[in-house]
Amino acid sequence: MANTAVIVEEDKKNIWSGGVSPMKASYGKLMMWFFLLSDAFTFSALLITYGLIRFSHPAYAGSVADFKFSQEYWPIPEKVFEAFPGMHALGIESAPLVFVGLMTFILIISSVTMVLAVEAGERMDRKAVEKWMLWTILGGLTFLGCQAWEWAHFIHGADISMNLEGIFQGAGLSYNQYGPPNFAALFFFITGFHGFHVFSGVLINFIIFYQATVGVFEKRGHYEMVEKVGLYWHFVDLVWVFVFTFFYLV
Amino acid sequence: MEQRTPQVEVQPVNKAKVKNFIKVMLYLAVITLIEFGIAFTVPHEHKWVRIIVFIVLTIVKAYYIVAEFMHLGHEKKSLKMSIVLPMLFVVFFIFIMIYQGGAILEALY
Repeated sequence: MANTAVIVEEDKKNIWSGGVSPMKASYGKLMMWFFLLSDAFTFSALLITYGLIRFSHPAYAGSVADFKFSQEYWPIPEKVFEAFPGMHALGIESAPLVFVGLMTFILIISSVTMVLAVEAGERMDRKAVEKWMLWTILGGLTFLGCQAWEWAHFIHGADISMNLEGIFQGAGLSYNQYGPPNFAALFFFITGFHGFHVFSGVLINFIIFYQATVGVFEKRGHYEMVEKVGLYWHFVDLVWVFVFTFFYLV
Repeated sequence: MEQRTPQVEVQPVNKAKVKNFIKVMLYLAVITLIEFGIAFTVPHEHKWVRIIVFIVLTIVKAYYIVAEFMHLGHEKKSLKMSIVLPMLFVVFFIFIMIYQGGAILEALY
């Protein structure tokens, strides 16, 4: 009697009653996913705030060719972000969005090298994991360097003759030459928060690279940690795709 | 302490997988280039056309990153849904906040 009861219970066993992974993902991977979901909410809130504040300012109404910076209306992003390192030495007057485009490609490529590191980890190929992790770290550092240049240029300011009022030069948290104060504040918050994610991503990638080189994962028998940091790194790329669209293109 | 070299068997490269990643990378690069093209060919007067096209292309890019690079497209359905469905809150939030922004503009100017 007792035995049959146990057997019946075994048959009815729910996948959530323990002993198996109901989502076919380890605890760590699942928690990385839920962390990224919460992080996605944070970034969404920041970008939606940008939308709210932008739509609560008047838009520029005149023709794009005559555009001048003013405190009265929201600037056209391609008129603000039009510098490229060394372009004046080459005799180029303006290169709108080229630099952020380059940054986008750098992140996409570092995402591919990351996914190749994950693939190498699945094959237990330590040499390949080391190689691709190193390329990913290099891509992340290059992106951070680009962002440092972008910020420095934004803070120092562009041609003051582009200004309608001509009172401010450069940008800070409480004023900026490009448009309403909130424009620069949001630039610093959104790209800054994303840049901080890239920075911590590079650090985490380096830790995992180091652990791979000293053979931690070989001893453990699997390279799942590479997959988990890979998720984080792709998320950083994903956020940049949205920042690129909503901050620079629209 | 016992010193022992683990016997690790390195498997050959999964060529189909790598090819798929390169394909996704090319998609992402091409879509970004299309976005550039639109930014400089479609005039700013067509503001909403630009915004809608940019949003659609961004969602396509996001789909490829999440489904292929982050491998979510190949996970179990329960995991997919746990991640994708909560994002509906964000969609709701976008609409109320953009509406609110317009209302603030009207109140101020």
